[in-house]
This record gives sequence, C-alpha cells and structure tokens, in this order.
Amino acid sequence: MFQSRIVVTLRKSILDPQGKAVEQGIHSLGFPKVEDVRIGKFIELRVATDKRDEAERITKEACQKLLANPVMEDFSYTLEQVKS
Amino acid sequence: MAKFGIIVFPGSNCDHDAHFATGTVLGQESRFIWHKDKKLGDIDVVILPGGFSYGDYLRCGAIARFSPIMTDVVRFAADGGTVFGICNGFQILTEAGLLPGALLQNASLRFACKQVHVRVENNRTRLTNKSGAGDVLQIPIAHGDGNYFIDDTALRRMEERGQILFRYCNADGSVSPEANPNGSLANIAGVMNEAGNVFGMMPHPERASDALLGSTDGLPIFQSLIESAANQSLYHGLMTAERS
Repeated sequence: MFQSRIVVTLRKSILDPQGKAVEQGIHSLGFPKVEDVRIGKFIELRVATDKRDEAERITKEACQKLLANPVMEDFSYTLEQVKS
Repeated sequence: MAKFGIIVFPGSNCDHDAHFATGTVLGQESRFIWHKDKKLGDIDVVILPGGFSYGDYLRCGAIARFSPIMTDVVRFAADGGTVFGICNGFQILTEAGLLPGALLQNASLRFACKQVHVRVENNRTRLTNKSGAGDVLQIPIAHGDGNYFIDDTALRRMEERGQILFRYCNADGSVSPEANPNGSLANIAGVMNEAGNVFGMMPHPERASDALLGSTDGLPIFQSLIESAANQSLYHGLMTAERS
C-alpha cells in the first residue's frame, strides 16, 4: 500500500487573487514581512499496490487527467509505503 | 426545425431555462438527456446547461466530464455536431478538452450575478450568424468562476482564427477593463473550437430569451443554431442525393 500526498498549485504565471486577499489578512494580523501567498489544494490518496512504480504511475496519471488542470495548475506529489 | 438535446447533470440548474428558450419560446423540438444515458440519439444541437454539476467539487466541470453521456458528446463533436456549453457547460467543455483554455475564479473573488453587455466578435459561426459583427447584446451572467485564461501563444492563434466570439463590453460596444466582470483575459466571454462546431460562453442567453426576463438579446444565439442546423441538414440531404 502506498500513500500519495499531492499538492496542486496555480501556475506561477497566473495571478492568485485569493492568495492576495489572504496575504492582506496576514498583514493585518501584524506580519508585514509575509509575501507571495498562494493558495493551492492538498489531496491524499492510497494506492493498493506494493509496487512503487505502479503507485507512482497511477498517482501521476490521476493528477494529469483529473486532479490538476494543466492549463492553469501544476502538481507535485510524494509517495510513502504504508501498512495496509 | 432543429432538434435540441439538453444534458442534465446532477446539479444542473439552467436545463429548464434552456428548454424554455429553445422549446417554448422558439418552438423547436427540445428534450432532456440524462447524464447517465449512453447515447444522444437523433439531435442537431447538444446544450450543456448552466448550474453546479457535481457541486463544483475539485474544479467547476472537472467531474461532469466523466459522466457516461460525455463519451457520446465527444464522439458527436468529433463528427462535426454542434455542441454549446453555457456557463457551467462552458466549464465542462474546457475540462473535457473540447474547448481551449480554462475558467478560473473571478478576480473579484465574488460570485457575479448581473446584466452585462457582450460584443459579437465573429458573426460567421453557427452560434452567431443571426447577429451583426460588432452587435452588442445584453445578457446576464451568474458565476463565481468565469475568469477565462489561456496562454499567450494559444490566445494569438485563437484571435487569428476568429475563435473569440464574444467580449465583455460597455453598452456602446467599447471594450474596457471596467466592462470586464470577472478578470477574463482580453475580456473574453465566449469562444469556439478550431473546427467551428463547439461553443462556450459564460453569459446566459437562455435567461435573455423573453421580454418578461428583461432582454431578448439571447434569442439571436439560439436562432443562429436553428438556422445552421437547417443549413446542415440541407447540405447533408444534397450530399446524400448526389451519392445515390
């Protein structure tokens, strides 16, 4: 069994108004040094296999075809073998 | 007479409005198609209506494109059939890869529900042939994710090929940042694919199809579809006659 942890973020070239709004909130909180706030998504899933390359292939394909939209988003992931 | 098929996804909420515009107002043959159906059947135009299919989970339209009926919608589009996505339907078509680009969250972070003006940029299409080039239409919008985005290279190609159909504008037809309700790139409100048979727009023409609704500016859009459906069946008729 593999645990995938996936992070989906807006591509760097795309403005993130939500991140901007949160950044202003953090400034109001009293942390003016905080900058470049960007909001993304965190997705966890498990793949029922003991083969790392299979778990990776499935995770990657799920990201490319559904979990992220390549027009506007980038993704990254980590894999960890866990006990089923 | 054109035959319209309106796909009903879980969470569609403008399906009846689209049926009202095409069936009740314009007197066309219009029927609903459940998203779990496998076949579209005998129709001229598929409409993917507005709404919040699958609760807008993950991204707007991201899950709906895996509905069983979408396989046949993709087949229908590949065969040259007319596919028209309104609002959430537009989002689904971009997610399905049938239209270029993507729809991001509104730059204002607010749901925008109001009347807007759009300018017809290309009137030589199945969706706009009843409008004049540069015509200004008053049509309402109602969306939280209508901020059209595409990379520069693809945008340039779309502009060259006349794939930009509508731009948000002022009442006099001038295009300015103030007239842009959601941050869309180049004020884009509606586009078509390269082949010219798949269309998407964020404004709701079906909500501007009767004087009681405040505007009838949406009607030319459906009338264009009816006209082009008639031309196509004439064309197919001639082709068949020639062959036999």
